[in-house]
Amino acid sequence: MIEELSHEQILRYSRHLLMPEVGLQGQIKLKNSSVLVIGTGGLGSPVALYLAAAGIGRIGLVDYDTVDSSNLQRQVIHGTSTVGKLKVESARDRLTDLNPDIQVDVYNEPYTSENALRIAKDYDVIIDGTDNFPTRYLTNDVSVFLGKPNIYGSIFRFDGQVSVFYAKEGPCYRCLFPEPPPPGLVPSCAEGGVLGVLPGTVGTLQATEAIKVLLGIGEPLIGKLLLYNALDMSFDFVKLKKNPNCRVCGPNADIKELIDYEEFCGVPGHHADDTSAGANWDITAQEMQERLARDPNLLLLDVREPHELQISAIKGAKNIPLGEVAQRMSELDSADEMIVFCKRGSRSARAIEILSSAGFKKMKNLKGGINAWAEEVDKSLPLY
Amino acid sequence: MSTLRIPTPLRTYTSGKSEVSVSGAKISEALSDLTAQFPAIKPHLFNEGGELRPFVNLFVGENNIKDLQGVDTPIKDGDKIMLIPSIAGGKIS
Repeated sequence: MIEELSHEQILRYSRHLLMPEVGLQGQIKLKNSSVLVIGTGGLGSPVALYLAAAGIGRIGLVDYDTVDSSNLQRQVIHGTSTVGKLKVESARDRLTDLNPDIQVDVYNEPYTSENALRIAKDYDVIIDGTDNFPTRYLTNDVSVFLGKPNIYGSIFRFDGQVSVFYAKEGPCYRCLFPEPPPPGLVPSCAEGGVLGVLPGTVGTLQATEAIKVLLGIGEPLIGKLLLYNALDMSFDFVKLKKNPNCRVCGPNADIKELIDYEEFCGVPGHHADDTSAGANWDITAQEMQERLARDPNLLLLDVREPHELQISAIKGAKNIPLGEVAQRMSELDSADEMIVFCKRGSRSARAIEILSSAGFKKMKNLKGGINAWAEEVDKSLPLY
Repeated sequence: MSTLRIPTPLRTYTSGKSEVSVSGAKISEALSDLTAQFPAIKPHLFNEGGELRPFVNLFVGENNIKDLQGVDTPIKDGDKIMLIPSIAGGKIS
């Protein structure tokens, strides 16, 4: 426990000390606080940067990924010089440069049912900066079982959501979303895209809520969900109530320990490959090239959005965006053989499921999508 | 008429519209009107049995219809109905 600040610390945090809501005692409280940030991506970047700058004494970072150049459009804690490095190390270096006065603990491992309670138990607040449903449900349940606030933020394209799920005082994530959508129903940011500055806004709001909760000031978003839309520049709030039937925080809760979240969500959470419609549907880029050489009239069905064709395209392919496949399948003949593709293979896998249930059989799914085609066959195309 | 706000992930099924005007005296009627205007959105809101999917949250004003009368929750002209999606961001969802 730190009981007073040094002269250097007083100078560093002087803009906080000037406000009675923080003051010297509040700053000492922050110095003695700890926050666990799950994910050092789009949300984790601004969260960790602002919490470090604010002087949170100990920050834990959980991530198992490495920095990729396609991260830098939004993951501002990393930089061009750290591409290829472990994200937790890249982030730690940036945080300790920003504020050498703090301790940064890194966990270069996936956050799973096996390690989550052990990692999270020594922190005051948990920040959900994850990018998939299994880890979100895991983060929620860990927070409920350990009685810790879960500062939730989520993003998609131009939409953001923020709340403080704290089962001791209000609803948890499962009270609102008892179960996840079936896989494939909601596109991921890797497929659907995300405005780079959106996680900046949402993550900064999460950091704000974390500091309020730690200091016990203001009105945190407990029992409230903020809905932000960047295009409309709209901020809407809705009320959230504790769900009496909640399976983790309700009076008759039947989930008392961590479960298999990947099974619960029907999708893998880590090193995930949701891009297969089943191995017997798959065709590699090399095999597709050979098939096309034999049969140049083979139908190629591109299920990406029309604007993606401007980024890269395969000549002669027919474009029906995934969202229109069900309505426009009359344009296709189930007697024709076809190869379905998208950016990396997951939307085309969904398209194959739709077409297969309508009786189409002669289909193949281009494994890895047009990106695999660009890497293995037509190197003139860009990766995106 | 009430206004139904469509979240980004579902706008693919509403011709890109962020808000749709719907008629009806209760939520179930408003949703029927929405799916009549945009049939492609139906499987995203309802299961095969015609029930609202559990991860679909509808709010009238600030309140979840689950805390009111469910799909029988009455609505009046000018009410703002919000469809709140389950979003996870990132790689897989």
